[in-house]
Amino acid sequence: MSISPFILAASAILIFLSIPLLVPLFLRHQRLLINISSLIAAIASLLAITAGVWTVWKGSTESYIMPLGLPDLPFHLRLDPLSGFFFTVIGLLGFSVSIYSIGYVKGFLSRRPVNRLIIFYNLFMAGMFMVIIADDAFFFLISWEIMAAASYFLVMFEDEKAENRKGAFIYILVAHVGAIAILLSFGVMASLATGFENFGGYTFDAMRQTEFPIKWATVAFLLAFLGFSAKAGVFPLHAWLPEAHPVAPSNVSALMSGVMLKTAIYGIVRVTFDIIKDFPWWWGVIVLIFGLLSAVMGVLYALMQHDLKRLLAYHSVENIGIILIGIGLAMTFTSFHLPVLAALAITAGLYHTLNHAMFKGLLFMGAGAVLHATRVRNMEEMGGLIHKMPWTAALFLIGCISISALPPFNGFVSEWLTFQAFLLSPSLPSPILKLIFPLAAALLALTAALAATCFVKAFGITFLGQWRGHHTHVHEASPSMRVGMILTAVSCLFLGVFPTMVISWMDIIPEKLVGGSLTTTAGQFGWLWLTPISHSRASYSAPLVFLIILAVVLLIYIFLHTRKTAIHRGPLWDCGFEKIDTRMQYTGTSFAMPIRRILGFIFLIKETVRIEASTGTPGHNTFPRSIHYRLRVRDRMWGWIYNPVADASFWIARKTGKLQQGRIQAYLVYSFVTIIILLVLL
Amino acid sequence: MNIAAQINSILAALVLLTAFGLLVQRRIYGLLHLFAWQGLFLSISTGLVGYVARQHHLYISSILTLALKVIVLPYILHTLIVRLKIHKEVETVVNIPTTMLMGIALVIFSYHLTAPIRELSTLVTRSTIAVALATVMLGLLMMITRRHAVTQIIGFLAMENGLFFAATSATYGMPLVVELGVGLDILIAAFIFGIFFFHIRETFDSLDVEQMARLKEEE
Repeated sequence: MSISPFILAASAILIFLSIPLLVPLFLRHQRLLINISSLIAAIASLLAITAGVWTVWKGSTESYIMPLGLPDLPFHLRLDPLSGFFFTVIGLLGFSVSIYSIGYVKGFLSRRPVNRLIIFYNLFMAGMFMVIIADDAFFFLISWEIMAAASYFLVMFEDEKAENRKGAFIYILVAHVGAIAILLSFGVMASLATGFENFGGYTFDAMRQTEFPIKWATVAFLLAFLGFSAKAGVFPLHAWLPEAHPVAPSNVSALMSGVMLKTAIYGIVRVTFDIIKDFPWWWGVIVLIFGLLSAVMGVLYALMQHDLKRLLAYHSVENIGIILIGIGLAMTFTSFHLPVLAALAITAGLYHTLNHAMFKGLLFMGAGAVLHATRVRNMEEMGGLIHKMPWTAALFLIGCISISALPPFNGFVSEWLTFQAFLLSPSLPSPILKLIFPLAAALLALTAALAATCFVKAFGITFLGQWRGHHTHVHEASPSMRVGMILTAVSCLFLGVFPTMVISWMDIIPEKLVGGSLTTTAGQFGWLWLTPISHSRASYSAPLVFLIILAVVLLIYIFLHTRKTAIHRGPLWDCGFEKIDTRMQYTGTSFAMPIRRILGFIFLIKETVRIEASTGTPGHNTFPRSIHYRLRVRDRMWGWIYNPVADASFWIARKTGKLQQGRIQAYLVYSFVTIIILLVLL
Repeated sequence: MNIAAQINSILAALVLLTAFGLLVQRRIYGLLHLFAWQGLFLSISTGLVGYVARQHHLYISSILTLALKVIVLPYILHTLIVRLKIHKEVETVVNIPTTMLMGIALVIFSYHLTAPIRELSTLVTRSTIAVALATVMLGLLMMITRRHAVTQIIGFLAMENGLFFAATSATYGMPLVVELGVGLDILIAAFIFGIFFFHIRETFDSLDVEQMARLKEEE
């Protein structure tokens, strides 16, 4: 059998599935186990990348029917360009994170065995690849559950902490509500594909060939969107993200945030563009609106956080929102038969998927390195880490620039493409949409600006200023962790500087999904210029921008460092004030205060100031002994959505509990009455 | 209507009569006797149907019924009652006249329910389907209205009698394998109930199933 992308993909999955078998062999050699399993995982990721890149590049579609599965229901697998793209995304981050894990996981060795982490890490990777490669509803859901269950155990890794258990529980709960919705959606589509007589409709192929009546298609789409949104953390179903991501080990958070959420994006694209295909324009508007909500609310909540990983988790909500905006736009354009615009929008969404995987992976790995070194998550207790961890600081800064959508890094390219798609919306025939879209574009701009603000805060408070913490032994990340982060940082730069190459590589995907392509226009001035629609509208030359920025930086560096009076470090100037200490530094809370004042109604803020007066002295409020300031910012969604649902389920459970009488006669009466009623009715 | 069908109808009437007898009987030994009689009628009816319809496997069913339901099970229950020194009086949840009225309503309901089947069927035994269904329901009613574990198992066995009767009268009996299996099930159920009784009595010092409400979680 000759080597094809599918063989590579399948072997990558098999390798991931078999790594857990190594664990019993190396129970007593944990360091060796970490090295070997991480290296094998990295190799498997490389295979997956190769498979993905190759598939997209060739534009090939391979499908196989496995001899495995339920009786009469074999598993169907399929590797098409869309799956290939997501294979690449997962593989790229999986490769970096696996290398990063070599150093990171060793940090747990002094505290607990890592067998469980290694087993579930690899099952989790395998689960994600299986979701992408699945071509029938059963295999998809089985893989989906493997992915969810494995990541549940990963979040639970440090299960002695109550917050880990709580986060993991909320996560598995939301994941299952989502899985039920997805299951129902597939059920609707499968029953429409073949009716209830046989099970043939469970393959995606059968669903593809079915023309769905609009009413049922809408039901299926809404259920699928609900289910995938729960997994992707779309507002207002995002509540599990900021609970589960901060408590998971950082390599896992990087994967969960970077690529696991993307499997949900994959699901949405697969169901709408590939399976249903024909949809009304307002579906796109729904996706767009939820995307906007997630983007704006995600970034606003992120601004209020002082836990570094929690902040990043809320940023995942924001970025999923931006991706959904692209996809929503693509859906709207498709339903108005504007294939080129749809291609632009979906390219923007998918490109942002890839970019977000890279920079969010980088940021979580950076946060992991910081946590690893400082043992605290609250950034108000950090500061000045740029001196102690220069590598991590520089790499984290690259992540910050990318996520803030600043050139020359990758975040800029995809957000710029999304804006281009927005700016072309006047060509839509519907006047309502002409009104909505500019507003949406403005909100997206606001999001980008707020994200930049947020990362000024995150980077500034964590890495700049002076060290606020107590223990002084802070060390730089280990070499393998640095290598992992450098790999993602380099990909961020590459994706930012050579967008034309990437876009022409992935052009087959919009061509297959929406029937339009960008190559004719995007690369019309060669690889140097990215021109989404036409030269007269807008074009962006990433390499030139990069060179100019590089040149300016170099010039300044040369200018500063070649003068006679070289820069030298001195003690901090204290403005003539005698005792300057680290508590006088600008804090993250104070940085976010203006936004908290302006947009306070969005959050549930509890701010208390307690002044402890020095008793006995007159004018005791003028010179208080100490002032305690407490701030709690909570998600309003808990009170609005989650608590009512939880209360309602408890209420129903209590009412149902009344059925339990404890008397045999009562139970017999239940069955008796049921039989009689059924006999009467039937 | 030939003579066999008439005899069969009489037997069906007797089965129904014993079912009502089980509902009104206040003494526990009386219950056992009635149960044994019901088994006997059932066994004769099965044998008769087997003879008329030339379904020879029904003879085996008939003998099995005779052995199990007329001899073995009443004997086991009798031993149990003696061993456990159970009260001779049957305690009921609902009083007996009301139970009777409910029973009558159920019989009428069964006749109403099986009317369409009677129209369709061509078997000799078609008129007895309603009786069979009524026996099942009366057995269930008995389980509901009695407090005592022993009376409940008799109700359960009476229900099984009804099912067996329904099988013979609706389709000339189930395949032999199934009937053997069911017979074995009944025997095993009786054993399990026996063990169960001992445990209930050890735990609660009584065989009153109402005591099991104490197992429920406190509110």
